Amino acid sequence: MHIIDRRLNPRGKSLENRQRFLRRAKDAVQQAVRRSLQSGNIRDVLNGGQVSIPIGGVAEPSFRRGEGGVRDRVLPGNKDFAEGDIVPRPEGGSGGRPTEAGEGDAEDDFRFVLTREEFLDIFLDDLELPDLAKRRLSETEEVTPTRAGYTVSGSPSNIAVGRTTRLAMMRRIALRRPKPEEIEALRREIEECESEEKRLALEAELKSLTDKSRRIPYIDPLDVRYRRFENTPKPVAKAVMFCLMDVSGSMTEHMKDLAKRFYILLYLFLSRRYEKVEIVFIRHTEKAEEVDEETFFYGPATGGTLVSSALLAMRSIIAARFDPTDWNIYAAQASDGDNSYSDGSLVGQLLQYEILPLCQYFAYIEVGEEGEDSSTSDSPIWNLYEGIRSDILPLAMRKVCRRNQIFPVFHDLFQKQQAHSKTEP
Amino acid sequence: MIKTVKQRGGLLFEGSDWDFPTLQRIHDACEEIALGELGLDVYPNQIEVITSEQMLDAYSSIGMPLFYRHWSFGKHFAHHEAFYRRGMRDLAYEIVINSSPCISYLMEENNATMQALVIAHAAFGHNHFFKNNYLFKLWTDAEGILGYLEFAKGYIARCEERYGETAVERTLDAAHALMSHGVHRYAGKTKVDLRQEEKREQERRAHEEQVFNDLWRTVPAGHKRSRADISLDKRRAALGLPQDNILYFLEKSAPRLQPWQREILRIVRHVAQYFHPQRQTKVMNEGTATYVHYKIMTRLHERGQIGDGHYLEFLKSHTNVVFQPSYDDRRFSDFNPYALGFAMMQDIERIVTNPTDEDREWFPDIAGRNDPVSVLRDIWASYRDESFVGQFLSPHLIRQWRLFQLHDDPDMLDGILVSAIHDERGYRRIRRQLAREYDIGWTDPGIEVVDVDLAGDRRLLLQHKVLNDWPLDESETKLVLQHLADLWSYDVLLQEIDSSEKVVKEHVAHPRSLFADSRFS
Repeated sequence: MHIIDRRLNPRGKSLENRQRFLRRAKDAVQQAVRRSLQSGNIRDVLNGGQVSIPIGGVAEPSFRRGEGGVRDRVLPGNKDFAEGDIVPRPEGGSGGRPTEAGEGDAEDDFRFVLTREEFLDIFLDDLELPDLAKRRLSETEEVTPTRAGYTVSGSPSNIAVGRTTRLAMMRRIALRRPKPEEIEALRREIEECESEEKRLALEAELKSLTDKSRRIPYIDPLDVRYRRFENTPKPVAKAVMFCLMDVSGSMTEHMKDLAKRFYILLYLFLSRRYEKVEIVFIRHTEKAEEVDEETFFYGPATGGTLVSSALLAMRSIIAARFDPTDWNIYAAQASDGDNSYSDGSLVGQLLQYEILPLCQYFAYIEVGEEGEDSSTSDSPIWNLYEGIRSDILPLAMRKVCRRNQIFPVFHDLFQKQQAHSKTEP
Repeated sequence: MIKTVKQRGGLLFEGSDWDFPTLQRIHDACEEIALGELGLDVYPNQIEVITSEQMLDAYSSIGMPLFYRHWSFGKHFAHHEAFYRRGMRDLAYEIVINSSPCISYLMEENNATMQALVIAHAAFGHNHFFKNNYLFKLWTDAEGILGYLEFAKGYIARCEERYGETAVERTLDAAHALMSHGVHRYAGKTKVDLRQEEKREQERRAHEEQVFNDLWRTVPAGHKRSRADISLDKRRAALGLPQDNILYFLEKSAPRLQPWQREILRIVRHVAQYFHPQRQTKVMNEGTATYVHYKIMTRLHERGQIGDGHYLEFLKSHTNVVFQPSYDDRRFSDFNPYALGFAMMQDIERIVTNPTDEDREWFPDIAGRNDPVSVLRDIWASYRDESFVGQFLSPHLIRQWRLFQLHDDPDMLDGILVSAIHDERGYRRIRRQLAREYDIGWTDPGIEVVDVDLAGDRRLLLQHKVLNDWPLDESETKLVLQHLADLWSYDVLLQEIDSSEKVVKEHVAHPRSLFADSRFS
């Protein structure tokens, strides 16, 4: 008998099968993920979760009998039936066979757990930053090695065996290096040779051949070639996302919650999808400050409202750190729509003539109170932006009042668009 | 043996912890009883210790240690995992593979008593059954199966590289849908030899490569014989019709399949055939294993090798395993094969050692023969569930389990008729009906390929013989038929005919050109 300890065998033997299954069920899983996002708490949901999908596309059919027909069946545990009794069919059961619930067709929904990675991948699958057009050759470290012919020096790991042996063979043929078979044949001839004279001649020939083959090596250092690689710079799209959030006193807890949810989604999306995206967090009351993400999401603040302060801050940060010729610039602004009256014209000027021309895309989210109808009275900022909006300027605006609207709006704003993708090189 | 003799009288283990020497001691002690006292005949054992995750892995690839890749296994894994994580379902204690050496998996979470139970159950009970039952001897090749699966896995992976994952997946989907009708039900002339399979495949391919000559393609076709005059009988004979092994038929006769697709059908067919005996012997197989583990554990206890506490712990698990809820219990789903098999075997032991007059009348051959183990060994070797229940379900057991038979006729509006109970008049009827429920020839719908319209549009004709007005499931049948049409590449017609040869229903499927990308001609 053998005892084998398999516990240390590599894990995840069925991972490949699982991925194939997810690929197969992709559409259904995607819909399920969307559904679970609308209901659940974002933090929980993004930790991965259980989804249930309809069995449709992943059914494994087989020839089976269906309903109907005359059936006989033996059951255990008779209590008081006598032969010839008639038992009424149970109400409501299909076909009145209460005992057959376990036959397997009850599987109309298929439940399973997705890992966090799988969940996020599916969740962010069809989103992208629009109009990521400015792809500059970066002067920095982004390079990929590409094949560039052969060289006579290099590291042993790059030795090009095929090329080396080919050169060696060319040289051997050119210099007429005697083949081992020839020498062997000569040796045999000598052994079989009877006349002394001929033998001597043959031996002389053999000597000259062996000398020659010793002089001309099988592989010469001259033959050795190495694969050559050249580093070619890789085009990288550099992008920066400005997150502008109003944290003034007029924003209620609910509004802040909505705004933060939106930014959490945005943050997740950018950090997972793009390696080279800078994110700048700016929050503002009547004055704006650049903060780190911790403060942005969790730091308390309150005060009046001056939207222009945030735009000014954004402008100065762009001027200082992000050259618009090199960087794709994006901004997402969340606010309750209130602004001090005198600030309106300044905001309009800044946005229309300074900020928007620099941006690839500017998304504005207006958060409202729960239960508020998003189509009622428009706020000062909404009216102002509505006036600025035109076909040329990349400004998108949405209103959000309830939690379950966050994801659809977000998805809507960052969905892959045919028109945009055409502009990409 | 010498080592275990020394252990005699001493406990095999104390407490619940175990290590590898413990497993070895348990195995040796079980072996002594199994071979010495019960006279079992087993394949060499290989015991593998695995984690619960690996157990889930094994579940999803139908218990085999290695298997080809397909999304459906991923689906099963996800399904089992979800249940297991939520604590809704326990994992099986063991999985045992009908191979030589016979591989049994032990889960590391189990304590020493459970390991002893599992070793007795799987490594001796199932193992003996696999090696001796006639169905397994006839249809499975224990020495070759692991090698064959290795070949299958590699072959399918190579096909994926050559012909693309999608094409292979579609072929497998279709083959899996027909798997239940991809077995030979009656023995042919030759015994299966899975080890030869890989060689045969290589030879076939080598031969094809050797005789390939592109010129043949350009030779003008000769005068074609008119097909219309070939009689129906001749045509059927040439195609080996009627044929109930649909996968076999497709592999041999589907006109437009690529050679690699035929080989995949062949692989699926072999796997289905390998599991075919297990489907027919659930009650016997589990009954044997349960009976054997009960005997062995009891003997170990009697010999003082297992402490009283552990023995009680064993009895508790054993009782759970052989629990049969009655029909009106919330937990009832069907007969528990462990319970039924174990009860019948205990009953046989009673009949052999201590028969009543009734037993002597019903079982004259075995009543009072007084050597239960040898009687049972004969039974284990030469019966399957259907014949086992049909022969050995005794009136005593029918009374004890209070079995009764229901007759459900939709035309009877009053309700369901109780057609037999545990009395003189009912014993034989109940026994016959229960045996029939274990006859897969009865429970699986009988579908046959009956004709191909070779002269016309090459439509394939299948027939389902409807029993008791019990039709096929409409939507499932449509899906399966679609797969069948895709493989056949022409229209497929399935007729459901009743006992008077009248067609009651027809299903038609037209092929989708799914494999178009992989066709060259």
